[in-house]
Amino acid sequence: MSSLSRAEVAKLAKLARIEMTDAELDALSTEFEVILGAVDRVQEVAKSDVKPTSHPLPINNVVRPDEVKPSLTPEEALSGAPAQEEQRFRVPQILGEE
Amino acid sequence: MIKKSASEMAAALAAKEISSVELTKAHLDRIGAVDKEVHAFLYVDTEGALAQAKAIDDSRAKGEQLAPLAGVPIALKDVFTQKGVPTTCGSKILEGWRPPYDATVTANLKKNGIVILGKTNMDEFAMGSSTENSAYGPSHNPWDLTRIPGGSGGGSSASIAAFEAPLAIGTDTGGSIRQPAAVTGTVGVKPTYGGVSRYGLVAFSSSLDQGGPCARTVLDAALLHEAIGGHDPKDSTSINAPVPKVVEAAKNGNVKGLKIGVIKELQGDGYQRGVLNRFNESIEILASLGAEIVEVSCPSFQYALAAYYLIAPSECSSNLARFDAMRYGIRVGDGDAESVMRATREAGFGREVKRRIILGTYALSSGYYDAYYGSALKVRTLIMQDFAKAFAGADVLVSPTAPTTAFKIGEKANDPLAMYLNDVATIPVNLAGICGMSLPSGLADEDDLPAGFQIMAPAMEDQRLYNVGAALEAALLSKWGSPLLSKAPALGGSK
Repeated sequence: MSSLSRAEVAKLAKLARIEMTDAELDALSTEFEVILGAVDRVQEVAKSDVKPTSHPLPINNVVRPDEVKPSLTPEEALSGAPAQEEQRFRVPQILGEE
Repeated sequence: MIKKSASEMAAALAAKEISSVELTKAHLDRIGAVDKEVHAFLYVDTEGALAQAKAIDDSRAKGEQLAPLAGVPIALKDVFTQKGVPTTCGSKILEGWRPPYDATVTANLKKNGIVILGKTNMDEFAMGSSTENSAYGPSHNPWDLTRIPGGSGGGSSASIAAFEAPLAIGTDTGGSIRQPAAVTGTVGVKPTYGGVSRYGLVAFSSSLDQGGPCARTVLDAALLHEAIGGHDPKDSTSINAPVPKVVEAAKNGNVKGLKIGVIKELQGDGYQRGVLNRFNESIEILASLGAEIVEVSCPSFQYALAAYYLIAPSECSSNLARFDAMRYGIRVGDGDAESVMRATREAGFGREVKRRIILGTYALSSGYYDAYYGSALKVRTLIMQDFAKAFAGADVLVSPTAPTTAFKIGEKANDPLAMYLNDVATIPVNLAGICGMSLPSGLADEDDLPAGFQIMAPAMEDQRLYNVGAALEAALLSKWGSPLLSKAPALGGSK
């Protein structure tokens, strides 16, 4: 049966950009043992001669003529922003000082 | 009037026996009287609804040509954007957000003059089967307020079962329209994938998500289906074909000579006796109406739940990356960008959403991709093959919608697997991209709670659902003497 250690869950949480308390990490690693035990079953029938299906429809790029159409005003586009400045989304620092 | 069907309301509006403002006020009053108990709504747009209703009344007074459901109110699941109206998806992370645009479904409702009463409660980002994962508290089943109204679209199902709205919009990723319909004694349809635009539907699992109609009758669902369906250039997975003729099918339900396939694997162990009793009775009724009943086997369905709980979390882990505290929603903390993202997502997401994001991140991670996500995609192929074989020998397939009637709020909240099992019969339809309907089959013997009957049809054959559903509904109605919902207990002191 598959399981995930607490450290592995912590690493996944970091990758997924979710801060987690110790209690949450403990709970999740316990739950994952059960959940992974159940979803593991897919491997029983996933033989090499079966083609994967990622989508129910054939997916094609859909293009349209390159015409200017009405769209959101800057005020509308920024209306839900947690912070804004000079008609732009204001975000916390991304790069270091150097 | 609020207990009538949407089509009866539409007829009364057309005959000018009632105005849309009066009808809308009656529903707003009902919401005011019972929603404290039911908690179907996260937001009631009193002003907007009345303004929309007045505009319809004015158009009617001028003799303008109006759409079939013009002036009839509706409840909209809070996962669709509506310009200027709070849209939370049942999550704290979007608290206070007012989208600057309408989803195509929302725009289609407005275009059809359907009056939007407000936004309904749901499991956070549509992840759940009970609405207990809503950050704003659960909705309650009008049949028994201590029980769940299904999920994720439990606010939508509860609102129509409680006569707060005659119609509602839901979304169905693994059963979120059909299972709530089943446990509340209402009708819900998951259209063919691509049949109703996903533009403005906040994405959970893009290859599975599908908006669709919730109603109290099969005909009402059909009228709503035609109003919201059809090709949308803004959704690249929208099917460029006319909407199947579902209203016509709903008006002419006839199963004579039809082959109806009963899926062997979707009954038996794990299914409540009373749910199966009502299911078998419905099969007998369909046979007595002239349908030929055949048994079909779909051996890969036993792996559907496992495949779903890899595919949906994988897609959600990617889709929910957009909630990064930069462009909309809440922002927590003031360090660098990454620590702000982590703190915001910690504070903004609930337990189930975090669980699925982490599971999906794992299933997609290097070294595990083939074993988990890759294997799940192969199961998806096998399930589609099972359906193709089954439909070669049957016009529609049927099963109980959910294995049990509504369970108690809190009963499964700490057991994710038990919760996931609710969707065992609805998930295969989503994985294959085909269409499915749930309609009430009666009350289970053990608990006098509604049971659901599921009909499945091939992609873009949605009219078959309505044909069979209408025939069964009419036969059951004449057997019961009155609609099933008339047996539900009274709410809020009003009759």
